[in-house]
Amino acid sequence: MVEGLAIGACYGLFATAVVIIYKTSEVVNFAQGEMAMFSSFVAFHILSAYQYPFWLAFVITMLFSILLGILIEFLFLRPAKHPSILGMIVITLGAEMFLMGLASWKWGAEQKFFSLPLNPSVTYEPVKGMIITNWAIAVFAVTACIMLFLYIFFKFTRLGVAMRATQQNKHAAKIMGIRTERIFSFAWGFSSLIGAVAGMFFASRATLDPAFMMEPFLRAFAAAVLGGLMSIPGVIIGGALMGLIENFFGYFWPHWKPIIAFIVIILVLCLRPSGLFTKHYVKKV
Amino acid sequence: MDMKRDYYEDVQLFKSNVVLFWSAALLLVLFTIPLYTPNYYIYLFNIIMVHIILAVGLNILVGSTGQISLGHAGFFAIGAYGTVLMMTTFQLPFVLAILIAAFIAAFFGFILGLPALRLEGPYLAIVSLGFGLTIMHIIGGMDVFGGRMGVKVPPLDLGIKQLGISWILTTDFQKYYLILITTIIMVVGARNILKTRVGRSFVAIRDSDIAAEVIGVNLTIYKTLAFAVSAFYAGIAGGLFGFVLGFFDPFTFNMILSIIFLVMVVVGGLGTIAGGIMGAALITYLQYDLLKNIAEVPYFGALMVAVSKQWFTVVGLENFSSMAIGLIMIGIIIFEPLGMFGVWIRMKKYWMTWPF
Repeated sequence: MVEGLAIGACYGLFATAVVIIYKTSEVVNFAQGEMAMFSSFVAFHILSAYQYPFWLAFVITMLFSILLGILIEFLFLRPAKHPSILGMIVITLGAEMFLMGLASWKWGAEQKFFSLPLNPSVTYEPVKGMIITNWAIAVFAVTACIMLFLYIFFKFTRLGVAMRATQQNKHAAKIMGIRTERIFSFAWGFSSLIGAVAGMFFASRATLDPAFMMEPFLRAFAAAVLGGLMSIPGVIIGGALMGLIENFFGYFWPHWKPIIAFIVIILVLCLRPSGLFTKHYVKKV
Repeated sequence: MDMKRDYYEDVQLFKSNVVLFWSAALLLVLFTIPLYTPNYYIYLFNIIMVHIILAVGLNILVGSTGQISLGHAGFFAIGAYGTVLMMTTFQLPFVLAILIAAFIAAFFGFILGLPALRLEGPYLAIVSLGFGLTIMHIIGGMDVFGGRMGVKVPPLDLGIKQLGISWILTTDFQKYYLILITTIIMVVGARNILKTRVGRSFVAIRDSDIAAEVIGVNLTIYKTLAFAVSAFYAGIAGGLFGFVLGFFDPFTFNMILSIIFLVMVVVGGLGTIAGGIMGAALITYLQYDLLKNIAEVPYFGALMVAVSKQWFTVVGLENFSSMAIGLIMIGIIIFEPLGMFGVWIRMKKYWMTWPF
């Protein structure tokens, strides 16, 4: 139960990264998983090759992931003038293939073990029958911190308000003197950072290999769809729901666990395409 | 120069005697290729033609109807597994088996087309992506399909076992002709579909589905039909692909394969038959020949090996192909959104209007 919630929080965190990009620039970033994968590999490399302490490696990885996000936006998306939706999808898929190829070239396709400096076997039992692992506590704490930060950021800072303005109307924002292109770069860097944090949590649970983020990406997307692709609190709730649903099904039919995300996506999109927590949007001709 | 004066000019297969001549020449070359090329390239040609069938089918869906699919590896898998199972379990002859498998794939295409009625753009991409992954997991999880161990294909028998007629194709050389003839039939079929009422409805849906509905195109029928036709092509291609490989497991049909299929269509050119053919040929050649053996390319290969030794791992060098294909995908959208077909059109225009 708690474990499911913690995994759900991870999905929520990762889905937040998807949503930030979707909100500002209306691109579904298929490369999100691979960006997180690449950042996790960088962290792994720093830890194993240079033997740096964990906090230093963490800081370097965070800086790297911001740089990676900005670079991808700057090199791959910005030069494309007025691409169609399909064009955007193809560009992000291309970025995904590129990062995956680069990671397998650099680190090989075999599985690596990545561990956070938390011992997963250390557990607490605050209430009888409710076991919390160290990992889950870290996930909850980090998710809460990031959510709080996002709330303050979007509500009170200049940059956050500029991002919201860009999301609502790109051209109007541009006329008002907001450098929308810089906002896009910033959104990519920011979401890459959040994705990298979530990626490290996933990596410490499973093994690290160049394809390990593919399934979490689909589930995180299911969580995002569940909460509505436009609202960040909705996404976190969607993530928690997704984690619980998956835990529940994984308990009864462990064999069919990978399919659940897909079924959730189909059901939600067919019944309520705008998600559970957002207003319905109407397409204009 | 491309003006059409009556309906017959639009539907005729060969627009002029020049086109007829070059088509005949191309066919002659294709039919005689096995006589003067080494056996390995016949294998490559087989894979290219299978991918051409699939890319042409996917182009009907993505290019002409405007629906994005990232799940065609699923239909491909249904075709491959369906054909093999029909032949081993039910002892059906090959032609019947592949047709039934393709119709099963088309049925699944129809099913996937249903949510597509309400979804568009990135949502549809995600749903189809999930569909492809689900098919892969279902096949991998059920013992009927050989589970994760994969299946070995039976001998390719064109005859009918029950009547005692047997005509087994064993070499790549013999399979080449079977696949070539199927490819020609499928490509001409796709061209004819696009020239009829159905094809025009598809194009109308791509340009604006609301406008299409207003002028009387039934969206429910034609959108699901586009998915079904495209899945049918993928099913036929999958059935042939199984026999080219000889052995396959569920992970042959992973998500990367779906992405590669989409790349073929985008690189070749959306919405045209020739685009699908060119894209499939180029990407398959790159993936299966040039980039796979990158270390053996003169000069550049040695450089890549040196780079690998210095900064990367040598065993991982084969993943260079996925990097290169990723860069091709990004480059084609940035520099040439119409794909190779766009380049061809531009060249044609330049020479036809030459001194100007």
